[in-house]
Amino acid sequence: MAAEQVSLRNVGKIFSSGQPPAPLHALGPIDLDLKRGEFFAVVGPSGCGKSTLLEIIAGLTPATEGTVEFEGKPIAGESPDGIGVVFQEDASLPWLNVSDNVAFGLRRSDLSDRDKTDRVHNALQLVGLSDFATSYPAQLSGGMRQRVCIARTLVMQPSLILLDEPFGALDQQTRLLMGDELLRMWRETGATIFLITHALDEATMLADRIAVMSARPGRLIDIVETGWPRERDSRIIEHAEFGVITARLWKSLREESLKTIGRARAAPSSKP
Amino acid sequence: MRRATIYRLLVVAAAIGLLEVLCLTGVIDKITMQAPHLIVRDLFRMLVSGRLNGAIMKTLTNTLLALGLALSVGIVVGAILHRYRALRDTLDPLFATYYAVPIFAFYPFFLVVFGLGDLPQILIAFMLGVVAVIVNTLNGLDRVPTVLLKTARIMRLSSMDTALRMTLPAAAPYILTGIKLAVAYAFIGVIGSEFIMSRGGIGYEISFAYTSFDNATMYPLIVLILLASITINAGLSRWEERLLARRGLR
Repeated sequence: MAAEQVSLRNVGKIFSSGQPPAPLHALGPIDLDLKRGEFFAVVGPSGCGKSTLLEIIAGLTPATEGTVEFEGKPIAGESPDGIGVVFQEDASLPWLNVSDNVAFGLRRSDLSDRDKTDRVHNALQLVGLSDFATSYPAQLSGGMRQRVCIARTLVMQPSLILLDEPFGALDQQTRLLMGDELLRMWRETGATIFLITHALDEATMLADRIAVMSARPGRLIDIVETGWPRERDSRIIEHAEFGVITARLWKSLREESLKTIGRARAAPSSKP
Repeated sequence: MRRATIYRLLVVAAAIGLLEVLCLTGVIDKITMQAPHLIVRDLFRMLVSGRLNGAIMKTLTNTLLALGLALSVGIVVGAILHRYRALRDTLDPLFATYYAVPIFAFYPFFLVVFGLGDLPQILIAFMLGVVAVIVNTLNGLDRVPTVLLKTARIMRLSSMDTALRMTLPAAAPYILTGIKLAVAYAFIGVIGSEFIMSRGGIGYEISFAYTSFDNATMYPLIVLILLASITINAGLSRWEERLLARRGLR
């Protein structure tokens, strides 16, 4: 088995349909390899195409240029088996209770009912929601609902988990704790994690490698290796290297973020 | 029981009590209206004798048929229009002005075309209800979060599975609003047309009793309609409340 689980070659996305300013060059060219089992994070200024990149890997939107391979096979048209996605928005199903929400992830599986129940049970335990199996999402907090979505993804036992700013809507303390849980799940499942975030400290705390994206069209301008041990948790923020890495990310990102803001400010008046 | 519910029941009881007193003291004379307790007695007698069971069944059957038709056509058309933007943009203004049209004005035309059977009444009731179902179905489908549809694609659900397991349940509370309206419209359509011209049904019997000063038939039938309509609506409302409460919307 190749060490690369996902490989992107020359991937780009141009939106040619729709209103002007079309065509819009949103992304690329991007070359990227994700190693099996690593925790990879992407940071970038808003509107740089981070989510588009994730959707391309997930098979939700096709790349207009280049090739994307997952487990050595090109991703074309639909989402391949073995990829799970957790979105920023709450994707729990409000008409099902927590346990049925998680079991929904197994709708297409041909496991026996008993195996399904076991898997749901394990996934709920992994995200710490065993006591809430019969609650409805509306009765849970935002962080817990996001954990329901994570459990629904885990129950499918994906080898690659894509996370699109999953903690973006949560408060800072909850995010740190969710980060701990995410690290624990990552170790226990052995899956590869691809995390998109706008929080630099979150990326530094969680990832083995962090890619920095440029302003639109999004390209990878830097890849930082954190060198953290596999056994780690949120207390890593006390580490001396933590500040150094976060500072390096910001250094690469600052100029790009300014471009995004500058563009927005320059739009109303033509004078600099 | 909630305090508001108790007050509500008290208001209804007080109104009936007042009516009872006015009738018994002769302020309202017998030819105008029976006392409420007599209406209930007559309704009971009428139902036991089975004299009007045919009429009642006819109205209820036609109402159900019209309702079923309005719901199935309305939801399917709503789903189709949601998918085809251009078609929807074409028809949207028509839906917006639809209820400005007095649908009953078509009744004589339907009688001429389809004769004095059940069909004209069912059609009127269907026409009254169907657009409410379409509009509410569209509204519900518009509110299905994109993230749920993305989730369905990640899980590679078939389009049938996506429609039945994701889209429909997500839109259910809004579609239910359309269903409630359609129930009311179905009753109005059927009974209203029976009033105007027909060969039977509750509306016909009320109108017949009215022209022959038969209060012992007219008032019990009116009460019967009220009871049927309120019961169905209360049932739907309770269902809706459960649905919304589960989602934290109420």
